[in-house]
Amino acid sequence: MGGIDPILLLASLMVASTPILLAALGELICERSGVLNLGVEGMMITGAVCGFAATVMTGSPWLGFGAAALAGAAMALIFGVLTQYLLSNQVATGLALTLFGLGLSALIGQSYAGITIERPAPVWLPGLRDIPWLGPILFRHDIILYLSLALVAAIWWFLARSRGGLILRAVGENHDAAHALGYPVIAIRMAAILFGGAMAGLGGAYISIMRLRQWTEGMTSGAGWIALAIVVFASWRSGRVLLGAYLFGGVAVLQLNLQGAGFRIPAVLLSASPYLITILVLVLMSLSRNARNAGPADLGRIFHASS
Amino acid sequence: MKRRSFLAGTAAAAGAAAAGLPARAQADKIKAGFIYVGPITDMGYNYQHNVGREDAMAHYGDALETVYVENVPEGPDCERILTQLCLDGCDIIFATSFGFMDPTINVAAKFPDVKFEHATGFKTADNVAIYNARFYEGRAVIGHLAGKLTKTNQIGYIVPVPIPEVIMGINAAFIAARKANPDVQFKIIWIYEWHDPQKEADAAKALIEQGCDVLMQHTDSNAPITLAEELGIHAFGQAADMSAYGPNACVTSIVDNWGPYYIERIGKMFDGSWETSDQWLGMPEDMIVLPEINDNIGAELKAEGEAIRDAIIAREYHPFTGPLNRQDGTEFVAEGEVADDETLLNMMFYVEGIDAQLPS
Repeated sequence: MGGIDPILLLASLMVASTPILLAALGELICERSGVLNLGVEGMMITGAVCGFAATVMTGSPWLGFGAAALAGAAMALIFGVLTQYLLSNQVATGLALTLFGLGLSALIGQSYAGITIERPAPVWLPGLRDIPWLGPILFRHDIILYLSLALVAAIWWFLARSRGGLILRAVGENHDAAHALGYPVIAIRMAAILFGGAMAGLGGAYISIMRLRQWTEGMTSGAGWIALAIVVFASWRSGRVLLGAYLFGGVAVLQLNLQGAGFRIPAVLLSASPYLITILVLVLMSLSRNARNAGPADLGRIFHASS
Repeated sequence: MKRRSFLAGTAAAAGAAAAGLPARAQADKIKAGFIYVGPITDMGYNYQHNVGREDAMAHYGDALETVYVENVPEGPDCERILTQLCLDGCDIIFATSFGFMDPTINVAAKFPDVKFEHATGFKTADNVAIYNARFYEGRAVIGHLAGKLTKTNQIGYIVPVPIPEVIMGINAAFIAARKANPDVQFKIIWIYEWHDPQKEADAAKALIEQGCDVLMQHTDSNAPITLAEELGIHAFGQAADMSAYGPNACVTSIVDNWGPYYIERIGKMFDGSWETSDQWLGMPEDMIVLPEINDNIGAELKAEGEAIRDAIIAREYHPFTGPLNRQDGTEFVAEGEVADDETLLNMMFYVEGIDAQLPS
């Protein structure tokens, strides 16, 4: 009984949450620009297989991550063209792209089943990694994880403090007004969609290159849907996205540890706990502010410049 | 062609066809369908079923046509897929997962001429046969090896869902491990999925962080073995030979060898003698095979493992030999007896000594 080491638990928690965090951050930007992209799961898994394939072919995991971001962005490009230029329904197109991504990744991955790659080296931080408590928790991770944390801060700054972020939010809140002011609504949205796709691809590749180091069909196991839910429940704020992703990943890792340590909590309940707790916490946090903290007003609506 | 001779010829052909129509007709060509609960790239359970299918294809050549569907969900969608296979002309369908049981029975009732084979289930019908493998026999061998190998006396066990097949595996492994090492304890994690590489890897990591230095699993992927290889832990492969993913870590695997059974059953379709049956085969019949035990555990321990394996194959040893008690202390196998199939198939309890609570 007992035997759960909190240091190892926190370190594992950060690694387990990173794929969802990356995908959720991308989707955050996308939704802030007013586009509802339900294809996150398809883009994640396409990124996972393309990143893995690139790593196997070139031997470099970093090229793999780059390829994954490009693959995710390519799928997002399809989504962008369909919804922004051909004016298709965003929900339906997103769902279709998820199914497409799942099938396409299975097809691409046929020749990569059963191959394992080496774990990419973590970042070497000589003095920091040996600090008694914080060292193992914070300073022994890989660069993609640190990138994800840096992005949380960067995206917050971008949305809240920069002119570009203001324009992005304007496009999301009222695309007609933004258009009237002369901003290129479609171009801005395409950029946001591509960024979202690239991040989703990166998140998927983190699973295949860093965590599991091999490819299996359907290996994302619904992480894209979790990311989507986290963006909504986090009221479209990047700090809360971080909280939601780490909460979900953390409870998921914790429940496994609790089972292993023999705590007498029903395993079924523990299995469902990540979902329940994340939804509960984020909804409560969103309720405590004024109710107008809703999402971008023009989220999911088709933009057609009239006149 | 004259009309009369055409009509007469057609009538003769129809009469001959009708005469040859009883369900036991011999056949020149058979079409067999296979449905798998996961992807064949899991390099585990579903991969092995597919290997069995390929063995049958190699055996019968052109006379056998097969189709397979992967990632079939265990539920209503399964009925749709089974119905589609029947309509596509399958003569026999192999449903390879426990959760396909009710859909198989339902579809079998609608297509009485199609034969069904359901793996790891317990419901039969006139055109539904069931087959199962005695995985617990393999667990007895690996339990002994695990008990001797562990230095921390903690063995980690990653399991999917609490059904008798999984529980009898845990019990068989524990009985063997305790015999080898009276201080050993199991840490069990339920992930409620048969195949989820991420969760399996996380579970394996959690178990290792909590002090386990040997891992076992009943889940389908090779994620735990890959992690064990990286962290220098001993592990055992599930359903397929996983030594390729853990050359140092993988001690041995419990390999499901479905090929001979598939060849035999399809053979019965060819000579028209297929009948419903209920077969539960194990190591003596070669349905469960343990590949070469890893040399890095030492020659003495390897010989011990091989001795247990050979005793089971020769039917000299049964993994559930009494006296055995349930976790609450009541006896379920008396001294000198062995557990019968009925007890095993309904086993929803842990044996005495396991320090964990069974999910209901």
